[in-house]
Amino acid sequence: MLLPETESQLIDIVKSGEPLALCGHGTKSGWGRVFEGKPVSLKKFSGIIDYTPAELVMTVGAGTPLSQVERALEDAGQHLAFEPVDLGPVYGRPLDEQTIGGVIATNLSGPRRPFAGAARDFFLGFKGVNGSGEAIKAGAKVVKNVTGYDLPKLIAGSFGTLIAMTEVTLKVVPAPEASVALILESVEISKATRLFIAALGSSIEPTGAAYLPDQQRLFFRLEGSGPSVAYRLKALQALVGEGEVLEGAAARQIWQNLRNINHVLTPKPTLLWSLSVPSAGFGEGLMSLLDKLDGAKAQVDWGGGRVWLAHSLTDFAAAVRAIHSYLKGHGHATLLLAPDDLRRAENVFAPEVPIALLRKIRAAFDPGLVFNRGRLHPDL
Amino acid sequence: MLMPPPDRAALEAAPEFAAALRAALGADNVIADQRAMRPYESDGLTAYRQVPLVVALPRSTAEVSAALKIAHRFGIKVVPRGAGTSLSGGALPLADGLLLGLGKLNRILDIDLANRCAVVQPGVPNLAISHAVANEGFYYAPDPSSQIACSIGGNVAENSGGVHCLKYGLTTNNLLGLEVVLMDGEIIRLGGKHLDSGLYDLMGLFTGSEGLLGVVTEVTVKLLKKPEKARALLAGFASSESAGAAVAAIIGAGIIPAGMEMMDKPAIHAAEDFVHAGYPLDAEALLIVELDGPEVEVDDLISRVSTIATSHGATGLRVSQSEEERLLIWAGRKAAFPAVGRISPDYYCMDGTIPRSRLPEVLHRMNALSVLHGLRVANVFHAGDGNLHPLILYDANKPGELESAEAFGADILKLCVEVGGVLTGEHGVGVEKRDLMSTMFNDADLNQQLRVKCAFDAGNLLNPGKVFPTLHRCAELGAMHVRGGKLPYPDLPRF
Repeated sequence: MLLPETESQLIDIVKSGEPLALCGHGTKSGWGRVFEGKPVSLKKFSGIIDYTPAELVMTVGAGTPLSQVERALEDAGQHLAFEPVDLGPVYGRPLDEQTIGGVIATNLSGPRRPFAGAARDFFLGFKGVNGSGEAIKAGAKVVKNVTGYDLPKLIAGSFGTLIAMTEVTLKVVPAPEASVALILESVEISKATRLFIAALGSSIEPTGAAYLPDQQRLFFRLEGSGPSVAYRLKALQALVGEGEVLEGAAARQIWQNLRNINHVLTPKPTLLWSLSVPSAGFGEGLMSLLDKLDGAKAQVDWGGGRVWLAHSLTDFAAAVRAIHSYLKGHGHATLLLAPDDLRRAENVFAPEVPIALLRKIRAAFDPGLVFNRGRLHPDL
Repeated sequence: MLMPPPDRAALEAAPEFAAALRAALGADNVIADQRAMRPYESDGLTAYRQVPLVVALPRSTAEVSAALKIAHRFGIKVVPRGAGTSLSGGALPLADGLLLGLGKLNRILDIDLANRCAVVQPGVPNLAISHAVANEGFYYAPDPSSQIACSIGGNVAENSGGVHCLKYGLTTNNLLGLEVVLMDGEIIRLGGKHLDSGLYDLMGLFTGSEGLLGVVTEVTVKLLKKPEKARALLAGFASSESAGAAVAAIIGAGIIPAGMEMMDKPAIHAAEDFVHAGYPLDAEALLIVELDGPEVEVDDLISRVSTIATSHGATGLRVSQSEEERLLIWAGRKAAFPAVGRISPDYYCMDGTIPRSRLPEVLHRMNALSVLHGLRVANVFHAGDGNLHPLILYDANKPGELESAEAFGADILKLCVEVGGVLTGEHGVGVEKRDLMSTMFNDADLNQQLRVKCAFDAGNLLNPGKVFPTLHRCAELGAMHVRGGKLPYPDLPRF
């Protein structure tokens, strides 16, 4: 494992031209296809470089542990609104190990995503090294900027195939003062769909809307100033039902469990998918999809917009067919966890544009395919 | 403003090129007559004008694709245009280029309230989307000041903002899907009614790319439910320092207002004389803070913001008691540009962003620059996100004043970059700030961006001369797209 500490050390490593496997703490190394490369960790680019809470901007080393970022923000009453999922346990790693660079590189967002935005929406700028060994920066350290192409958007979710990031600048926002959870029991999936549409289409502004189909439990979250949350809770209960209300730490804990997808990880699945779908249609065909897959379990988030789907392995091709028939051409499936032989043989990501175009974009940053070659696609 | 010299071959091919476009799009949708092309000669940055080679007005994605294929075959440049309200010259035509107007693609294709989104064509005006869903209580959040006229396709190209983007984000944060036609006519679809499609975020890259990477032919936008209530608070301050400190304290208290605007004394006077909104004329700085949400939340936050403002020395504090009063408070701010237009024959609007804490220093040094260049300046400021709009007052009829205004503007933008900010917060680089890009980016940074351009448009045909100070052959940049041994530009000068 190579551990560059300075930009010039990183440039030397890149210029050697050897295929590299980039990571932070490697908590999500099991995500993507199996690929070859000399391991390089960027975890030494760690620490808070610049943080003035009133500017709503934080600049940190890309290898800074997310937990350190979150602690510093909490001390100033702020947070990362996109509340990234911690996928450590999916890959047999403990919680609280991932780096901010890893979160950005995978555009990892949690339950607040449809209401506050994704990781990419809070990623303002970066410094790093491209595949030719050039130091590159893009974006800026202010929240409003349209100078030049928005390269941070392209880098977010590129899984380290375009730039080896050393520094990231994030937009940060005040953390809500109060948080409540509303839990409804015995909600059938068709009713869950209706309640999501009603609540998300209201001015009540929930910041969390999740559903566990096998338990028929529906979860909402409301956040904000005390008086606002109390008022909106009443309005929400009038709309969807009284349910059970949790406040403060209990509310935060239940949403922390939902954020970290504990439900679909117990028992530990063999395969795990993240399906992104038009939220109003998530219920159509989901129960029959679960029936078709062995040991299947689902957790619905984003008011229906994301379905975490876990199952055990029997016939992979049949599983893919079942998932595609559920998506009906509207949406997107990403395979997060699978046995290595599948991660060698199959595509874990489904590109939305021809791979030739993605190759050209990749070549604009990394013409020699030095970074994470084959992780996203055999030809990328 | 130097543009690349016109390509003689393109000028000579114009009749044949126009005929090919007419055959594909129909004669009614192609204009080649000099006088009839006049309305397209400039956008919102009227200091620069150029009649294009030909104008094409496609009516469908297929026609956009056909027009681009023809231009690609002829090797003729293309400038896409929405409603032509850009303030940075993004839609400034080229003498040797096709002007591709998207105005006829003006239909709302689908309103899907269950999924809280609308699918629209690029020529639909920004405000028309909100109007179409207003009866159901929904709206589209980004609200550039030109929203009555500016098109959603142009908003995507420029990543437009507005006074409410502090809370609700820029265009890029409010999109779900795009259909884009690339320079060779290839049609790609990105996103849809779902979120975060995985692999490279091309939708994020296209948004704000100023028409250099592709032509947007369909947009899926996020719709939001209208907040129950909105109230505005108006406060005067004896200095920009105290107003700035109040802004920092509001955010420090964990409050993100829907909008937070500051104006300096010259802007206050111009706006008050024009609109009579009741602005305090003795104040050095004025703050407008809007809070929205449920009534109980708005009332709570208004009282907290009032306390903060008062403790920072606010005078003449006023809170809107009715929707009419709220709109009146905003009317002065929204009319600030035309108001300044009344006190000066011409004005030049800048758009830098700075770290908010540097505002007093920047205003102080801007006053010194005002003396140096011999031109007055009025400032309106999106105080919440640090986006500054200095309006430089000049008279284009006085010899040399336009040049002085441009030099003054460039100095202001360099100052923004020097204190850690950027050249443009929401208006785009266009032709206007093109030659300043190197104050923010070094050669390696700029070449990286140019290589991205090469991935989509190796011939450099789509909106060349905008955003980047120099044209390079893609081969020079290391991304080899040389076909048949021929380079797209045999001898490209720097400009």
